Amino acid sequence: MREFLLGNEAIARGAWEAGVKFVSGYPGTPSTEIIETLATRFPETNPRWSANEKVAFEEGMGAAIGGLRVLVTMKHVGLNVAADAFMVFPYSGTNGGFVVISADDPGMHSSQNEQDNRYLARVGKVPVLEPSDAQECHDFIIAGLELSEQFKSPVMLRTTTRIAHHKGLVEVGERKEVEQKEFVRDAKRFSVPIYRLARRPEVEKTLNALMDYAETCPFNRVEHSDNKSIGVVTSGITYQYVKEVMPEAGVLRLGMTFPLPAKLLREFCSAYQTVYVIEEGEPFIEEYMRNLGITNIKGKEIFGVIGEYSPGRLQNALALGDPPEPYTEGVNLIPRPPMMCVGCGHRTVFAALKQLKVTVSGDIGCYTMGALPPYEAEHTTFCMGASIGVAVGLEQAGHEDTVAVIGDSTFIHAGIPPLIDAVYNKSHLTLVILDNSATGMTGSQQNPASGKNVFGQEAPKLDLESFCRAMGVGSVEVVDTWHRKEIVNTLRRAIAYKGPSVVIARGACQQLPEMKKRNVISFIVEEELCTQCDACFKVWCPAITRTDQNYPVIAANECTSCTVCAQVCPTDAIKLAEAFA
Amino acid sequence: MKPYSLMFAGVGGQGSLLIAELTSLAAVSAGFDAKQTEVHGVSQRGGSVETHVRFGEKVHSPIVTPGEALAVIGLEKLEALRFAHYVDPKNGIVFINDYELIPASVTNAENIYPHETVEYLKSKGLRVIVLPASKIARDLGDGRMANVVLLGALSTMLPIPLEVWEKTLKLRIPAKYAEGNMKAYKAGKEMMS
Repeated sequence: MREFLLGNEAIARGAWEAGVKFVSGYPGTPSTEIIETLATRFPETNPRWSANEKVAFEEGMGAAIGGLRVLVTMKHVGLNVAADAFMVFPYSGTNGGFVVISADDPGMHSSQNEQDNRYLARVGKVPVLEPSDAQECHDFIIAGLELSEQFKSPVMLRTTTRIAHHKGLVEVGERKEVEQKEFVRDAKRFSVPIYRLARRPEVEKTLNALMDYAETCPFNRVEHSDNKSIGVVTSGITYQYVKEVMPEAGVLRLGMTFPLPAKLLREFCSAYQTVYVIEEGEPFIEEYMRNLGITNIKGKEIFGVIGEYSPGRLQNALALGDPPEPYTEGVNLIPRPPMMCVGCGHRTVFAALKQLKVTVSGDIGCYTMGALPPYEAEHTTFCMGASIGVAVGLEQAGHEDTVAVIGDSTFIHAGIPPLIDAVYNKSHLTLVILDNSATGMTGSQQNPASGKNVFGQEAPKLDLESFCRAMGVGSVEVVDTWHRKEIVNTLRRAIAYKGPSVVIARGACQQLPEMKKRNVISFIVEEELCTQCDACFKVWCPAITRTDQNYPVIAANECTSCTVCAQVCPTDAIKLAEAFA
Repeated sequence: MKPYSLMFAGVGGQGSLLIAELTSLAAVSAGFDAKQTEVHGVSQRGGSVETHVRFGEKVHSPIVTPGEALAVIGLEKLEALRFAHYVDPKNGIVFINDYELIPASVTNAENIYPHETVEYLKSKGLRVIVLPASKIARDLGDGRMANVVLLGALSTMLPIPLEVWEKTLKLRIPAKYAEGNMKAYKAGKEMMS
């Protein structure tokens, strides 16, 4: 049977078929749909959202040495968080099959950096599989779990945005239950730090065996051409672009990109006059080939390391064509950047921060848009949890007006140790937790503060205010995120407080199913009272546009009744539709 | 056979992804190989969204190359302008919904909206077909079906039979919206006859 599946859905389907019995991960574009698909379609794989990627990885390690087949999912930067566990797992090796998804994001569609995680795999000595289409997403997850058991090694399945987020036809199968492997207490194997010296040669033994395997493994495929002038070495989605742009070229498609097959690469390159190494991201394969002493190759000097590849980019680089550029000459092609949703509770907080003219250290979430107009009230953003540590550091550098801003999910993910540190080291930190009961930016997933689990069922809800107080935060206040004046006043008190303070701005994400399902009475503008002062436009709510007579008009089907435009109107011209009638 | 390439452009929430998927599913149902991919930033609504669809005997790249699309389907004028360069300038058509969604930067007088998009693209020698899809959809009872009106128009230039489109719409669209969407589809189709 064939299904038309997203790469991520194909991974989920393959994991289910392979008898996976434990799945953990943290939402992160472009990996999120794997666990979402498992939760809705394949619950017998026992999926969950974990507090962060390190926790997810460690839970996965435990389940795998306990004998289950395991899948762990995360985006590329998530693997940085999980790296401590990732680097040490090969020392013990696994029992049940263990595959970790590293979803890399060339082009940074929804990420803070471009990072080629094949390098992390090389540091950790973990084999890497790279599918080239949705069918291989399905097939490689199954084969990867078998490979993991065969070599007792964790396996990385590296996707990229275009692989994870494209749909294609996939021949699917049925679930095969796999018998749980026996877990034997064996400190000499699983207590790595004590027995590390004895385990160290095992890592090399496994790697050497994998290197031999790579030479003949089914993931690497040679498609020879009669024309011996040009050959191509490629991997991942780029293989598809090569087939599109250079259909006559001989191709070595590497489905396993670590360890790389030295003999196979040498043989292939000796058969062609010139070999193009075409790989998205860093010159991972190319550098290896150059180190082997292969000289008839061309790569990054033509194709570049920055951004996502495409057939058009390959045409350009190879001087095979010059695809048209966007129409910009003589016309005003203005941008349409993403913006906070209609009724988003973050708006009022950033308006208040702007009004208070404080320095804001931000974090990872929808609220990075606080750095954009009309607020421009977020001055640093780096990585998950960094808002708090950076604010503490800025304070030490004399910038005592700094306010840290973090979302509920990001706080749980990486904000707790730095908040404990701020208390311990007697910082005057002011922290705003934007508590919208969702992991919003990735599509409003559940988290420990939302009171729901991955299936949408009730789950223990973390009490953020008690938790912060227990950590020793002297001032903890909760405020309704849609109440403009109260937010300003609460923030003023928090900033003035001598000692660490937390303001929890609470209000559910408008994208949560329960918020979308509500019956909403929209607001409308009474034009007779409107003085066209434009105060409501400055809310930058996408539901408010101008009439031909320059009055504001609120789209009734979009309004969430958040009340913020009515709060800013100086003449009370914005009213509930019901009251107006 | 070179695959059929299509580019669907719109604003998040307009349903460009849905009609792209309906096209892919119809193509698959008609026996073609197909691939689809969308490009958008963070997942909030209101930003510009592009969805690429390619189908044919065998499809490699899911990404459409600028200049090769048989059709660009713009659910909104500014977004049609943004992606018009994807159309095959000789044989392709740019379908444009006669509809403008004004970005907040324009509402706040920081940018000026390019109202002249249609004339501009015509002056570049492109075949542009403007359809009042939003108006037709509103007249049918729900302005959100503008996407399916455009799909009806697009379907007239694709090698997929009517019964396959009807079957696909029935399978993919929830029952309570099926009838309205079928009307929207047929209204779009009639616009092209």
